[in-house]
Amino acid sequence: MEQLNGAQQVVRVLEDLGVTRIFGYPGAAVTDIYNELLDSEKITHTLARHEQGAVHMADGYARATGEVGFAIVTSGPGATNTVTALATAYGDSIPLVLITGQVSTSLIGTDAFQEVDTMGVTRPVVKYSFLCKKPEDIAKNLRKAFYIASTGRKGPVVVDIPKDCQNRSYFFDYDPTSDVSIRSYNPTVFGHKGQVKRAAKLLCDAKKPVMLIGGGVVQGNATQEIMTIAKKLNLPVASTLMGISGYPCSDSQYLGMLGMHGLYEANEALHHSDVIFAVGTRFADRATNKVSKFCPEATIIHIDVDPASISKTVQAHVPIVGDAKTVLNQVIQALNELDAKVNPALYAWWTQIEEYRAKKCLSYKKPEDVIRPQEVIECISKLSHELNLDPYVTTDVGQHQMFTAQYFKFETPRHFLTSGGLGTMGLGFPAAIGAQFALPDAKVICISGDGSFQMNMQELAVCRKYNLPVKVFILDNSVLGMVRQFQTVFYDRRYSATNLDGNPDFVMLAQAYGFKGIRISKREDLESTIKEVLLSDEFTLVDVITDINTKVMPWQRANGSMVDMMLNEEEC
Amino acid sequence: MRQIISILLENEVGALSRVVGLFSQRGYSIENITAAPTEDAALSRITILTDGDEAIVERITKQLHKLVNVIKVSSKQDDSSNIVSREILFVKVQAIGHTQREEIKTLCDIFKAQIVDITPELYILQYVDTSFEVDRFLKAVKEQAEVVETVRSGVCGIFRGEQSLHS
Repeated sequence: MEQLNGAQQVVRVLEDLGVTRIFGYPGAAVTDIYNELLDSEKITHTLARHEQGAVHMADGYARATGEVGFAIVTSGPGATNTVTALATAYGDSIPLVLITGQVSTSLIGTDAFQEVDTMGVTRPVVKYSFLCKKPEDIAKNLRKAFYIASTGRKGPVVVDIPKDCQNRSYFFDYDPTSDVSIRSYNPTVFGHKGQVKRAAKLLCDAKKPVMLIGGGVVQGNATQEIMTIAKKLNLPVASTLMGISGYPCSDSQYLGMLGMHGLYEANEALHHSDVIFAVGTRFADRATNKVSKFCPEATIIHIDVDPASISKTVQAHVPIVGDAKTVLNQVIQALNELDAKVNPALYAWWTQIEEYRAKKCLSYKKPEDVIRPQEVIECISKLSHELNLDPYVTTDVGQHQMFTAQYFKFETPRHFLTSGGLGTMGLGFPAAIGAQFALPDAKVICISGDGSFQMNMQELAVCRKYNLPVKVFILDNSVLGMVRQFQTVFYDRRYSATNLDGNPDFVMLAQAYGFKGIRISKREDLESTIKEVLLSDEFTLVDVITDINTKVMPWQRANGSMVDMMLNEEEC
Repeated sequence: MRQIISILLENEVGALSRVVGLFSQRGYSIENITAAPTEDAALSRITILTDGDEAIVERITKQLHKLVNVIKVSSKQDDSSNIVSREILFVKVQAIGHTQREEIKTLCDIFKAQIVDITPELYILQYVDTSFEVDRFLKAVKEQAEVVETVRSGVCGIFRGEQSLHS
């Protein structure tokens, strides 16, 4: 067997696992690994400017491709800086492996320099974590980490490797066998046959059915199967925030996003439905409003790979545990066996839905003197389609995120990258960088806010170093818009700490990194400038000055049912 | 409602802290917990006594099952028709003078408790039974003597009948 030292084994296992890109930031506890990375012909390392950025990049890489993202950081502060990024990936079930350096085994527990209990600090925000207690653990643990991250309900896994385990002068057998078995870990793949049949029967007989797709459909690559079932039975399809891009927005059966800032037609249809066919969603609080008032007449079929997500909040009547793609294929087969056809009762249901749509809940006024944030998103979306760009769009968190979810017409799975579960301001820009590295020829757009962008704007340096053609649009209203919206409505316009006075000049900031920065403050410049930027092959930052008072609408009233919505800003 | 949750898990780094962490993270309570290796040295068996209705316990068991190290989880209401469970209690009491020493000894005879250590002024009593009986015994002791110190093991339990937790 080949003799390799610990650091070499780290690199070799990653190579054997097919890793080509790793994001990271070096430090004392990982210098041996970095030394070996320098010689790897298969793996390219990207130096971020902050460990959080590095892990968000790996996250964006994973979201855009479906592959496992990899990152490496040093011990102590290197590890603690990744906690938000790990929690972000955990919140949205994104597969990634983070290698953290650790102080030498003999120093563990002594409060050594840059020592932190990484396993302890990260435990609640990872799917699993490993501490390599001896060099011989490294290869095995990394393989297991890869396997755990990418199977079942996906998620981030940490592998903590003490400095002495990487020792350059200790050589030992490298075991190339890739077989991984974990006695206590066997995710369910196939759905229960009887339950699948019950679900198929319920779907056939439903008079007012709605399909509800979540992030599991996108992450589980099950979008084709969703389309097949939707078309077969003429089902309306609603989506959670994380499910967006799982069903083409241009399709007439698509109702849009549900929930707190969901579309009127999606929330109404769900509330009045008799059967909800939910796939890969965890019925999060932002999606359901008050659980006890959620869709009172609906029989709920719930397919999820994670049994703990079923009946955690909303009680499922037909629970099916399994992989989304596999179970949906079982459902398709069961429907074929039933010779399922479109239920004639659906004509009346669709008539009803058309009435919901006639409300035009996304319409808004365009006053002369200001650009409204919705227009910007609509414009980017429209031009992207006209120019056939099929872009990957990342967002941060806040009003711009909701506007993107509502107004951008996504057609292709995995093209919408956003932090749904944790709601992390600062994900968007590094995630765009990760996606751009994964797909060098793709158009990658980051839609951000002036608050969010400043959470990870140090990564501009990465775009500079690698000449990444990412496009950044900042919807700049000089305030934290989403919180301010709450303050306007619920706190009597007492604007506590939401004014972002002191913001940099974003155009000059881009210029400082040697990039083109453009400011748009007039409506007449909007379309022409955005078009020019989208067609450019260079990184561009666009600072769009938008209306400070615009609120995200519709807006569900707290503790109400799905249909307790405020529809326009005057109602607030 | 007191429920007993039995968990069979792999002895991996941090496995126990993941189990305990899950309870605090999700706001479930642990009244007591015992953990020790099984006949298979790679596995540990944990018994947790918790308080909650059926729905909460179902949620806990699902979340526990999701932990990578956990092989099996089972839960039952803490009642002797479901489960054979025992707890061990040590109680150190003041035992000064012939009368008091005799009274404590009589109490121990009634409860079938043992005196496992003596000094001229102290007894250590040992009592093994269900948690309910342990409570009763301790109450009786407190009425009889000055308690210096107590220590309880937490519940160790095994389900009656066919049901078993093995990998």
